[in-house]
Amino acid sequence: MSGRDSISAAVRAAAAQGEPALVAFMTAGYPSREKFREHLQAVAAGADVVEIGVPFTDPMADGVTIQRSSHAALAQGVSLRWILSELEAMPRVKTPVLLMSYLNPLLAFGIGRLADAAARAGVSGFIVPDLPLDESAELQEALNAREIALVQMVTPVTKPERMKQLCAGSQGFVYAVTMTGTTGKNVAVPAEVIGYLDRVRALASVPVCAGFGIRSREQVELLRGHVDGVVVGSALVEVLERGANATEWLQMLRTPGAAGENPVNPVK
Amino acid sequence: MTAFATGLDGPRLLADSIAGKFPDSHGRFGPFGGRYVPETLIPALERLEQGVREHLHADEFQAAFTGELKTWVGRPTALTFAARLSQRWGAKIYLKREDLAHTGAHKINNAIGQALLAKKIGAKRIVAETGAGQHGVASAAACARLGLPCTVYMGAVDMERQAPNVGRMRLLGAEVVPVTTGDRTLRAAIDESLRAWVSDPLDTYYLIGSAVGPHPYPYLVRELQAIIGREARAQMIEATGALPDAVIACVGGGSNSIGAFHAFVPDASVEIIGIEAGGRGAGLGDNSATLSFGRPGVLHGSFSMLLQDEDGQVQETHSVSAGLDYPGVGPEHSLLLAAGRVGYQAVTDAQALDALKACSEFEGILPAIESAHAIFGASRWAATNRGRTILVCLSGRGDKDMPTLQTTLLGAEGQ
Repeated sequence: MSGRDSISAAVRAAAAQGEPALVAFMTAGYPSREKFREHLQAVAAGADVVEIGVPFTDPMADGVTIQRSSHAALAQGVSLRWILSELEAMPRVKTPVLLMSYLNPLLAFGIGRLADAAARAGVSGFIVPDLPLDESAELQEALNAREIALVQMVTPVTKPERMKQLCAGSQGFVYAVTMTGTTGKNVAVPAEVIGYLDRVRALASVPVCAGFGIRSREQVELLRGHVDGVVVGSALVEVLERGANATEWLQMLRTPGAAGENPVNPVK
Repeated sequence: MTAFATGLDGPRLLADSIAGKFPDSHGRFGPFGGRYVPETLIPALERLEQGVREHLHADEFQAAFTGELKTWVGRPTALTFAARLSQRWGAKIYLKREDLAHTGAHKINNAIGQALLAKKIGAKRIVAETGAGQHGVASAAACARLGLPCTVYMGAVDMERQAPNVGRMRLLGAEVVPVTTGDRTLRAAIDESLRAWVSDPLDTYYLIGSAVGPHPYPYLVRELQAIIGREARAQMIEATGALPDAVIACVGGGSNSIGAFHAFVPDASVEIIGIEAGGRGAGLGDNSATLSFGRPGVLHGSFSMLLQDEDGQVQETHSVSAGLDYPGVGPEHSLLLAAGRVGYQAVTDAQALDALKACSEFEGILPAIESAHAIFGASRWAATNRGRTILVCLSGRGDKDMPTLQTTLLGAEGQ
């Protein structure tokens, strides 16, 4: 199966069990560069898809948690080259792996050689938060050659016509941002968000995963039935930061009636 | 993206630029520019682009804008013949006095223009970033004038070195938010303004302070600042009967310079020189001279020259002037470099301070440290071009730099 299809298949397989798939985000090399492999394995053991964040100096779409983790990872010398070589060297994890990176580290690596290097490292897809569909042709073409997904994001303020284009252009899954704002803020799940997610799902041929601000079992239960998966980012980074068990925390998100309270105080 | 930056045809880019083909329908100046932003901001940028198209050159908007420039900003600003500096440096030096514009710098041209546009397209509040504080003060003043709430993000480092401007912004009714993340200067302030905008993209208007950012900002800011060069070109002809031999301006993000240069780009006889902040020298992290030492990359929404390491991480920068302390540069400057039309050079901290002292002592004008970079550039050009005519854009006044000057020029003299 191509990397691209493995992502959709993993999300669908989990959703078929009646619970949203868990797409779990971790910043590469945070909180510790030495424990990257261990952390990745722990996250992969509890998730259906793993998103590995490539740190960047100017993460303009991210809230305080991921800003903090990115800067700390950079200070430890984490780079895209290092991440790819680690992934290539370590035993493959069973869940599909995506890289989430701002565009400039990808440009500096070289779009021409990125797809081959990513394929060698077992990377199935990319999410590039500052690369809108209109600017993505060159990267898209390079990734297509190795059947690697480029995930598109939609937001609550996206206009209907553009929503159609984004859903048609997205591979692996559609990343439905649940709110305007940066990552990591704890949000309720109001009725208009549910309506928006239902509209996205009606347009998309690939699965739909909701993200930005998801950190409790309660939110997962409210989203169930309206999405195929949920993305957990800042909250999981905080779990790893505290040295808590990532696999167990992800398991909690899947457990009906689990306490559901936040592992840490919500980000202000 | 990457492919765009190789194998460029300079003469062709220049011809297309003069023919008004840039920005093209994709918001590009040749290979540079574009729109690299989170999806959440796309509707806001599309609305702005439509607003620019409908209003910017419409009679009604232009009447309001030029009315404000004349009766509130105090335009046209003077052109001053710098007689004693000319005598010392051996060339005829003319200063375009943007320091005389309301709030003390060219930034007000852009701030009042964008605030008028923001109102026109229905924005309810303004966010702005500031480095030296001049754009923050200009935005606060323009918002007060038009009755719009204004929040200014400013790096904690800059709040310290430009303290007088923080107080001015607060008196003008703006909320000033210290930015303590990242490098705590202009770049971090832009990151934080973008985050504020992402959180409320429909009601908030991001009033960007330089000719940087995603399309249509670089174009919009150039159009609002181009009055500097238009006025100066006419004033030079009136004063001397001819065009200047050289036009010189400082380049941080590049708004006073693109405004000063734009009218002269088609004048083949005029040499155009942009002066970047050379800081402590050519070493990594010692300067903010993006066009001199950078490589193409994407920061803050556009593809342009960028100070970055081999992994694409944006470099820390240094300059004695907060307004030039920025690792990126507006995409049209990258185009003008690639087209071979503008020569970009670096001037160090020490050289800029020397020029600031000379301009103060010999002309009775205390320039901003930013502008002093351009003045030093003029003295250097004069050394090999005796008797010729130079137009310098004196982009702002130096009062805001007193905390820095107390510990540099005045501190050294006090010892």
